[in-house]
Amino acid sequence: MPKLVNLTINHTRVTVPEGTLIVDAAKEAGINIPVFCYHPKMEPVGMCRMCLVDVARPVIDRATGQPVLEADGAPKLSFGPKLETACTTPVSEGMLVVEDSPKVTAARKDILEFLLTSHPLDCPICDKGGECPLQNLTLGYGPTESRFDFADKLHHAKRVPLGELIFLDRERCIQCGRCVRFQEKIAGDPVIGFYQRGRKLEIQTQTQPGFDSIFSGNTSDICPVGALTTADFRFGARPWEMEAHPSICAQCAVGCNIVFNTKREARSEGGMAIKRVMPRQNEAVNEIWLCDKGRFGYHYLQSGERLTRPMIRQNGELVPVSWETATDTIVERLKTGRSGLTVLAGGRLANEDLFNLKRLADAEHGKTLFYTHMGGGDLTGQVGLAPGSNLATLGKGDAVLVVASDLHEEAPIWWLRLKQAAARGASLVVLNPRATRLDDFAAISQRYHYGRVMDALAALFAGEAGQVLSQAANLVIFFGSEGLGVDGSQAVAQACANLLIRTGHTGRPNNGLVGVWSEPNAQGAWELGYRPAKNLTAELAEAHVTLVAGADPAGDDPALAETLQQSEFLVVADLFMTETAKRANVVLPALPYSEREGSFTSGERRVQRFTAALPPREKAHTEAMIAARVAARLGLKIEESLPVVFEKLAAETPAFTGLSFDRLAETHPQKPLLSREDLYYSGTAYENTAGLGCTLALTGSPAEAEPVTPELPAPVENALLAVPITRLYDRSSTLVHSSSILGQRMIGAEVWLNPQDAAERGLSAGAEIEIHLKSANWPVKVVINADVPAGAALLPRSVGIPAFELAALEI
Amino acid sequence: MNTLAEKYPQDIKRILAKYPPEQKRSAIMPLLFLAQRETGQVSPEAVQEIASMLAVSTTEITSVMGFYTLFHDHPGGRYRLQVCHDLSCALNGAETFLEQLCRHLGIEEGQTTSDGLFTIEAVPCLAACDKGPVFQLQGDGEIVYYEKQTLESAKALLETLRQRAAGEVTP
Amino acid sequence: MSDMAMLNSGAENPVDEMVLLRHRNIPDIDQLSVYLSNGGFAAFEKAVREWAPAKVTEEVKASGLRGRGGAGFPTGMKWSFLPDKIWPHYVVANADESEPGTFKDREIMEKNPYQFLEGLMIAAYAVQAGTAYIYLRGEFWPVAQKLDACIAELERAGLLGSNLLGSSYSLRLYTHLGAGAYVCGEESALLESLEGKMGQPRLRPPFPAVAGLYNKPTLINNVETLTNLPPIIKNGAAWYRGFGTEKSPGVKIFSLSGRVKRPGNYELPLGATFRHLIYDLGGGIPGGRPIKAIMPAGASSSLIKASDVALDTAMDYEAVATLGSTLGSASVIVLDDTVNMKWLLQKTLAFFRHESCGKCTPCREGTYWMSLIADRMASGKGRSDDAALLGSVAGQIKGKCLCPLGEFSLTAVQTALSLFPEDFAA
Ligand SMILES: Cc1cc2nc3c(=O)[nH]c(=O)nc-3n(C[C@H](O)[C@H](O)[C@H](O)COP(=O)(O)O)c2cc1C
Ligand code: SF4
Ligand code: FES
Repeated sequence: MPKLVNLTINHTRVTVPEGTLIVDAAKEAGINIPVFCYHPKMEPVGMCRMCLVDVARPVIDRATGQPVLEADGAPKLSFGPKLETACTTPVSEGMLVVEDSPKVTAARKDILEFLLTSHPLDCPICDKGGECPLQNLTLGYGPTESRFDFADKLHHAKRVPLGELIFLDRERCIQCGRCVRFQEKIAGDPVIGFYQRGRKLEIQTQTQPGFDSIFSGNTSDICPVGALTTADFRFGARPWEMEAHPSICAQCAVGCNIVFNTKREARSEGGMAIKRVMPRQNEAVNEIWLCDKGRFGYHYLQSGERLTRPMIRQNGELVPVSWETATDTIVERLKTGRSGLTVLAGGRLANEDLFNLKRLADAEHGKTLFYTHMGGGDLTGQVGLAPGSNLATLGKGDAVLVVASDLHEEAPIWWLRLKQAAARGASLVVLNPRATRLDDFAAISQRYHYGRVMDALAALFAGEAGQVLSQAANLVIFFGSEGLGVDGSQAVAQACANLLIRTGHTGRPNNGLVGVWSEPNAQGAWELGYRPAKNLTAELAEAHVTLVAGADPAGDDPALAETLQQSEFLVVADLFMTETAKRANVVLPALPYSEREGSFTSGERRVQRFTAALPPREKAHTEAMIAARVAARLGLKIEESLPVVFEKLAAETPAFTGLSFDRLAETHPQKPLLSREDLYYSGTAYENTAGLGCTLALTGSPAEAEPVTPELPAPVENALLAVPITRLYDRSSTLVHSSSILGQRMIGAEVWLNPQDAAERGLSAGAEIEIHLKSANWPVKVVINADVPAGAALLPRSVGIPAFELAALEI
Repeated sequence: MNTLAEKYPQDIKRILAKYPPEQKRSAIMPLLFLAQRETGQVSPEAVQEIASMLAVSTTEITSVMGFYTLFHDHPGGRYRLQVCHDLSCALNGAETFLEQLCRHLGIEEGQTTSDGLFTIEAVPCLAACDKGPVFQLQGDGEIVYYEKQTLESAKALLETLRQRAAGEVTP
Repeated sequence: MSDMAMLNSGAENPVDEMVLLRHRNIPDIDQLSVYLSNGGFAAFEKAVREWAPAKVTEEVKASGLRGRGGAGFPTGMKWSFLPDKIWPHYVVANADESEPGTFKDREIMEKNPYQFLEGLMIAAYAVQAGTAYIYLRGEFWPVAQKLDACIAELERAGLLGSNLLGSSYSLRLYTHLGAGAYVCGEESALLESLEGKMGQPRLRPPFPAVAGLYNKPTLINNVETLTNLPPIIKNGAAWYRGFGTEKSPGVKIFSLSGRVKRPGNYELPLGATFRHLIYDLGGGIPGGRPIKAIMPAGASSSLIKASDVALDTAMDYEAVATLGSTLGSASVIVLDDTVNMKWLLQKTLAFFRHESCGKCTPCREGTYWMSLIADRMASGKGRSDDAALLGSVAGQIKGKCLCPLGEFSLTAVQTALSLFPEDFAA
């Protein structure tokens, strides 16, 4: 327990831990000392001088070391010669802070007047207008008229694109440096910086592409004025015109808490539209940060290409029909079918959808299959993170192992949080065949040859790193699927689970195994009993009625496309006309998660609820509803109402015992205190009033088991080893492609080669070539990267090349 | 690509040796001076090279460049005459001297002569306050103080420099 | 005014034996052999061979030497702040010398470099630093060349390097050039600059003595401060206290410039009067004009209105304070009756506006604003309330800045407005 310190702020007595800054202590007492440069997530710098307060401290008798007392016995206090910055001054025992005196108020006015001398005062056309700390504080404390000559205003460039995502208005910038410090200290990308000095100081970037950081959007949140705006939202709406709907980001398995800001607009024919995605504070998940994919990648949700009506195949063509007809067609088939329903579901579906589909399949003697390229989720259900876990509390004495994953690309916010854990003293051990941006913070980082991960793990556990991991107070292991398929990652997960079990790092908070899934609810699917098929092609070939939901196997893999083309009867529920949907007998328009409520289970096993941000497009339904409707026609009772579905799910699934939508919506005060009405603290991130979510209980008694190592592909002369990797700006199962804003950063079909391998084959960067893989040719662009090990050809996933495990590749 | 590394291997080695190996960033300013030694200007390529040499971002390098007035990211004259116009020198005629010098060269303060030879800049105190008017001549990889100047003495110097430049052209 | 330049004859001191400007007595003392044959490095040798580091610090404390960089902080006491639990320690010589009116460190380094280097080495030994940097303003490139040559000479002579003079003490010296930023004279900005960053001051605490260069305990002393050390160690604290006053002991170099016949550096015991400096040594004002004001600490001075009392005031840290000003780095700029205060403020404010680092709001915006007002006043376009506005903006900056530069920018403004209101009458 840190020592507590008592002080008085204005007339309020406050007790806070030693080392607390005055500004934060005041916040505890409900007093908002205005700040600009201070941000509770960063070290104070005391630059803007907005937070000046009057501070008195007890007078200490030099001889005795005791406080001098007044006649009435109260300690004698003495004010310093100058006002002090509340953002840099720690509290001390017996301190008196005065922040409501005329002197302090005058100082605030002085500083505001200075800041406004160079400000363009263009609030009426500024995106920040309405949620701008400078605007608010000027109303509160500022001068009423300007003594500064308008003609003397220094003019700066106003619409400087720092990159294609972030714009800078140099006239509005107040040089608080929050953005620069965020990029350097938190994002680890010092790609924006100050240029010049004094009054000429301005923000600049030199990178190609501009502002090259996947966390860039956060700077526009924490900018306390309208200097940094996103290309996405600029001039999009006035903050007060928008509604705020709490939700969860669905771009990866981290489960960042977000808000969809929506507004009625003409462009959407008078309907509501999402105008932006903003972070919602959840200190156990994303704090107040988002990666740019999460922030800017939402456009697919309101794409004009979405499916709007059910369709059935008639005379070889898909034709629109009513839901009744579509449902009837399925039901008829199920009734006349020789047996069962095979559900193939992806990790994009909500828990409720998965649960209802499973009930339908179970009732129909069918089976549920999980469409995934990564295994091990059965193990994360047993030895995953326990309730009470929070990566933000990992530090000295703790260890984290990351195997076969490039977290910066695959789960940016986890990368950020592990970077911080390492900074707090946690030992980070990284095992990956090539360098990743996690290596910079790793205590130990080791490489292996693709295909040799099991040997590498065994060697790692036996060596010095093994010591570090075994002896750690808490141990979290992240495993991914770089260069691994379902079986390979399953084996890795098993080996890691074995270590956790062997060293007693299970069943406790901040211990356990985390899968770096690429979908928001992959963990949920595993928890609900969905498992990948041992041989998917065979399963699909044998199935009589197949329902594919939230997955596009045909788009991923021509072999599966072939199989699905031959299916007896294929039903597809999706947002878009995917390759799989094109082959279906019945196509059902699904509702995106932004138009419905539901829950996802994150990779950390935190179940989190999302709410509908927009009204549903008329003809689309949730998969849960589809299952319920089909069931009803078969005379079965499956609930339609999502909260009820979730209750049922919780009642029947041990890990979910006791959970309900209401439980998921519970909140408790978070530190640092921010995102309240005083938005100059955090910027525009939202306070979390909609629920922090709940971590699933661990069930069962995990036991070690021998991992089953998959065979390596047979060596082929002159061939390279095709290695699947995951990149951030991929097409995430066909969804993100409709985000034009990220277009420039999206990757296409490409192959990454080591310079040596490229040179030997006479290939230069950017060359358009064909690769031969799985007995087909694929056009790709060559990327040369020195981090790629010799002999390997890295293929990003979900760009249409069937790279799901190691394979031979010829050029 | 690695022009600095090829041109000045010894200097770079000597510069890097000054600082602890894990504090390579300290070498930014000396390397920037090295980069502009010949042309009086730091090229974008040099910024790139220094950034990769010291493992910092190019933006960090340009931030440093932008803060300090002695680094230049665009070309000036081959010779920069930086005339102190600060308090003590101004009390001793520096402003008049600066004006005369500019008029002589037919340019304004901050500009470069059309032959690309001379740039005149007014700068703050050069720590030669007892010997004003004073200027620093930067060019040809050197910095030299010229103190107690008059228009005549400056003219003579400009002539010498002109001849030096001309002499190089005609072999 | 070009005839003025002719009057700037190389000022020479009438005192016989210089403590700091020894080159004025001993030709070629910038040659190592000459320096050695005149007792050079005897002090360093004495310290390293005979004295424990703490004893060196004690002796410096006893001498009463105070920092010559401007703040006048007791040197020995500063040394004792370096914690001996955190290593390594660094020493940095502040050779940024950018305060307008200051030109003493340059003369020392150019003409008497070895005494400065020996002083730096003594300081480094006292705090047991193995590396010391000399941070020179970028314009001192030729000076740095010279120092580099001297350092190389010392290495060859075995006076720098490993296991010096048979002891276990090792020391390396390096020069590091700034690049045109006055604020880098402020010690924490200097450290940022030395670390390869923008030269913006750091928050304090922590002070450099605890967390300085590379976050390690760092001692920063001015060139002149360090140059005092060899004679102090060689001759003892008591000898040094023989110069100067009780509270401001020792000798000091006064940089005299502005409207005076013989500008230049003058080495005097602290406590000599302004009159002695300006009239006896400096030869008075050209043309015999009346003196109007004195800036004792360069551009950041509070103005002293000339009067007999002022002229007879002792130039030491305490007495100058009684005139409402500070001794600072003792850069005495003389203003005669032809100097209009509007012009003066335009000059000083242009400087501070140019040099404000931009980190904190009041200095960044305030120097800019003040300078605009001063510009229009000086150009005759001022408005009737401009003087009041200027004073108000200065008052608005006061007490709110992150480092002293912002405060420096307004001292001349406030004192000019209050002491010379007639200059601002519209
Ligand atoms: C704006 C500013 C500029 C300064 N410039 C110098 C300088 O050029 N040289 C110097 O020695 N000290 C300068 N100082 C003082 C230093 O911060 C520091 O106090 C000094 O170097 C300490 O050395 P000393 O104790 O030997 O005086 C400056 C301080 C400020 C605030
Ligand atoms: S007072 Fe001026 S120089 Fe000092 S930190 Fe503030 S802006 Fe920078
Ligand atoms: S100085 Fe305290 S908030 Fe900026």
